[in-house]
Amino acid sequence: MSAVPIATAPKRANALPIYLDNQASTPLDPRVLEAMLPYFTEHFGNPHSESHVYGRNALAAIEAARSDIARLIGADAREIVFTSGATEANNLAIKGAAQFARAHGVARDHIVTLATEHKCVLESCAALEREGFRVTYLPVKSSGLLALDRLAAALDERTLLVSVMAAHNEIGVIQPLAEIGALCRERGVLFHSDAAQAFGKIPLDVEAMKIDLMSLSGHKIYGPKGIGALYVRRRPRVRLLPLIDGGGQERGLRSGTLPTPLCVGFGRAAALAGEALAGGEAARILALRQRLEAALVRRISGVTVNGDRGQRLPGNLNVSFAGVTAPELIEAAPSIAISTGSACTSATVEPSYVLRALGLPDAVANASIRIGIGRFTTAGEIDFAVDALAGAVAGLRAKD
Amino acid sequence: MTNSRETLSYLDWNATAPLRPEAAAAIAAALAVGGNPSSVHRQGRAARRIVEDARERVAALVGMPEAGIVFTSGGTEANHLALAGAGRPRVLVSAVEHPSVLHAVPGAEVVPVDRDGIVDLDRLDAALAADPRPAVVSVMLANNETGVIEPIAEVVAIARRHGALVHCDAVQAAGKLPLAGLGADLVTLSAHKLGGPMGVGALAIADGIELAPLLRGGGQERGRRAGSENLAGIAGFGAVAEHGDWSAVGALRDRLEAELGDAAVVVGAAAPRLPNTSAIALPGIAAETQVIALDLAGVMVSAGAACSSGKVGPSHVLQAMGLPPEIAGCTIRVSLGWSTSEADIARFLDAWTAFRKRVEARAA
Repeated sequence: MSAVPIATAPKRANALPIYLDNQASTPLDPRVLEAMLPYFTEHFGNPHSESHVYGRNALAAIEAARSDIARLIGADAREIVFTSGATEANNLAIKGAAQFARAHGVARDHIVTLATEHKCVLESCAALEREGFRVTYLPVKSSGLLALDRLAAALDERTLLVSVMAAHNEIGVIQPLAEIGALCRERGVLFHSDAAQAFGKIPLDVEAMKIDLMSLSGHKIYGPKGIGALYVRRRPRVRLLPLIDGGGQERGLRSGTLPTPLCVGFGRAAALAGEALAGGEAARILALRQRLEAALVRRISGVTVNGDRGQRLPGNLNVSFAGVTAPELIEAAPSIAISTGSACTSATVEPSYVLRALGLPDAVANASIRIGIGRFTTAGEIDFAVDALAGAVAGLRAKD
Repeated sequence: MTNSRETLSYLDWNATAPLRPEAAAAIAAALAVGGNPSSVHRQGRAARRIVEDARERVAALVGMPEAGIVFTSGGTEANHLALAGAGRPRVLVSAVEHPSVLHAVPGAEVVPVDRDGIVDLDRLDAALAADPRPAVVSVMLANNETGVIEPIAEVVAIARRHGALVHCDAVQAAGKLPLAGLGADLVTLSAHKLGGPMGVGALAIADGIELAPLLRGGGQERGRRAGSENLAGIAGFGAVAEHGDWSAVGALRDRLEAELGDAAVVVGAAAPRLPNTSAIALPGIAAETQVIALDLAGVMVSAGAACSSGKVGPSHVLQAMGLPPEIAGCTIRVSLGWSTSEADIARFLDAWTAFRKRVEARAA
């Protein structure tokens, strides 16, 4: 497998249906696969087996991966805790911080988050509410962005933690992280950010942005599924109670055997994302999105773009076509893989709570699709998708 | 680095088993599918099919309903989901459980084991009778350090009489002992001990048992475990979810133990044990010293569980069996697998015997 050529697209690319759902998941970069393979087979040892070379080789590879991940967010390797993904990282950050504070008599029991956060953040907060914590769910502006004055007004002397997603999974908007971080630091409040979508796509720096806890995911950056991480600040030290206890791995914050190949793949994906960021990948993807948006607006009437146009992930377009519901559009355009919103809830038929929170009427929310452009998307695929969508919308409108 | 498998004998299979070729093939195939199993488009559906095929195979291995299989990030998480999620005010665990069971919930009550490492059924019965609050009992099927097999059928019978749930950590036993008909309400499995990949496990839940989720979010796994599924891991798990024939491995293990001589003590030898595991004490010689000597001779074993192998101090399992420090601190774990050969055993015996003679000569 070492013969896999560098920087070629995975087999999936250019195959039908055209994959334009890169916010749900990304294809594995062949260079990531190449890095992972030896750790499935040759270096298979349990990384916690310190008594022999199989274990020590596995551990060394994991620590190198940890450094690669840390480097991409300006953190120290010791601040990276591997988890099974961003969902676990979000649960650990929010519940872990709250439960540590309660266990140690800290007089702060209030959490502030946004109504548009990922389900796993909202559900973690709801679980804490049932345990007696107080949670404020802030609304967002119609752009999807947080109004900083509303956040400032929501903080009080009992606020423990603010959790705000760095870049949104459905509408791609990028929140003003540095401003939120500065406000939290000034008020002595912990700042957690779910950066599953932002990590590797936009520059992130935990120092400049004053982020205390940050959730990361492997499979959104052309790495494997089943691996993520939580950044946990060391100075000043952020304390958490573990969610999963046992063998004491990950400095006691997350027990369980570390999956070496997944950690290695995540590390390689992070290193490649760093190179891609430096090499102009974001600009290339942004150009594709602009090409897509311009063509859709030119070819189809009644197009609405949801979410802020400027503060936005380069690869995300969330768009509504008047009079056409998203499920029927997806069905009418089987040659492209797109979604109505978050993958976890894509099997449900209700309009997205995120789009409702933007104040969109149900008719628009129901008509919204998410198009996610990624590293392996080509201009030809974008043009193909425009044709497919234009044809499908025209066909559906003709039926009515 | 001299670490090719030609020159080393890997006898630490209970820490992790090398990946089976069928798992490697399934992983490679799954990694080529870019979709998220929760997405409804074609790539998403292809990913979903991989997950559901694996679920069917894991259900068959454990002999429990497919709808009750919840994929997790591994055995540790599954143990937490079982014990924290059961929501019972009392949690009773045997003294030889894995740390992920012992520490899953605060305030777990510990049921002692006898000298052979078998859970004390009378004490379990009495503890359940003494307090009528709803309980969950957790006893592993086979111990990771000694291989001792616990009497799960009796544990289940006692628990049933008191209305308690039974959780069984079958991480080390799966594939080696039949699991169907175990009778437990909750069973933990781990892929990488079966020759599947690390980072994936499962909790099997009997019909009618409700659990509170540990990880909340997107509602995957019927709301019992949120998070995008570890697609490749689950595919690899499914590929190895089957019962193997361990008679040849058992014969190798027995031969190894027979040739140790009188200087060694085989811990748990009087109890039924897994066919692949041998906990061997050389009284008075620190386990770490033995492990290092064997490592230098190219034989990979461990001083106990991998998760705690970097720590010093005797194992909680051996202490719970009432073994004195000159045994508990001086026991190595030798664990075999399907590709272990006669040559590996001979190499272990040569290295171990040479080490023992060096130690004896020094003491003389």
